[in-house]
Amino acid sequence: MEFGVNNSTLHTAVKLQTAGEYVDTTLMHILLLALAVICSVFAVVRTRVIRAAIILAVLSVIVTLILFLLKTPLAAIFELSVCAGLITVIFISVIGLTNPLTREERCEERENMFKKFVLLPIVVIVCAAAFYMLTWGVDFVPVPITDAADITDKAALWHGRQMDLLGQIIIILAGVFGVVVLFKDTKGDDDK
Amino acid sequence: MSYETLFLFKLYLIAAPLLFVIGIYAVITTKNIIAMIIGLEIMTKGVTILLAAAGYFNGRPHLAEPLIITMIVVEVVVLTVSAGYIINITKKHNSLDVAHIKNLKD
Repeated sequence: MEFGVNNSTLHTAVKLQTAGEYVDTTLMHILLLALAVICSVFAVVRTRVIRAAIILAVLSVIVTLILFLLKTPLAAIFELSVCAGLITVIFISVIGLTNPLTREERCEERENMFKKFVLLPIVVIVCAAAFYMLTWGVDFVPVPITDAADITDKAALWHGRQMDLLGQIIIILAGVFGVVVLFKDTKGDDDK
Repeated sequence: MSYETLFLFKLYLIAAPLLFVIGIYAVITTKNIIAMIIGLEIMTKGVTILLAAAGYFNGRPHLAEPLIITMIVVEVVVLTVSAGYIINITKKHNSLDVAHIKNLKD
């Protein structure tokens, strides 16, 4: 019986670690953050809501990649499956179930496009400059001194967050009851 | 602490609030209810990135993970309930424009 890791597995692990180090560069962080900002701007200045929903899904994928880079893989998987998958499906269903914009509303939207295309980049640039000025004086990353928080991933998720889990269960139940009440087909609806 | 870490920390401090601002802009400027919810989603993405960055730069990303997961759950529930509201409002008023929805109490 053999104990320990065999050579090929070790070799693959070393290869993967090297690939991870290669990917985790400052340039990747900059690129992904820039893409996230650009995608969110495009999602706001769109003319059709369905396109905005699809751009939002792309934004979720970018956020997933950022979360992987920030060493939170579980949250990244949640983000990808729930935000990029489920939320996009909900959005597209809602857009399909509701009426599209009328001709007047679309004309009004197009008139407002100029305002959006011009004003939003200006707002983004001004806010970026303001945040840059605010972070100008920051010359250290604040790290807590206590070691009380040094627990494993599993313990943090399942043992340290009982109240969070309870809260999540209550929120999910509230959502389910909300949907049941909202989608209830009342007799008077069709008459109105 | 290396210069690179500090640079990345500042970058996240700039980019994540920027996403939040873009979301607020979307909520303020548009009259379409679905576009408003999309703005809300963009705001949530900014908060998610900031939470993950806080965990990463503290050296304890596993503590940020449960918070992010909790936030995603809340996000989905909010979206689902608002989807129900949108469908009901559209049934009643036949428009997605908030300017046309004047009598919510009816």
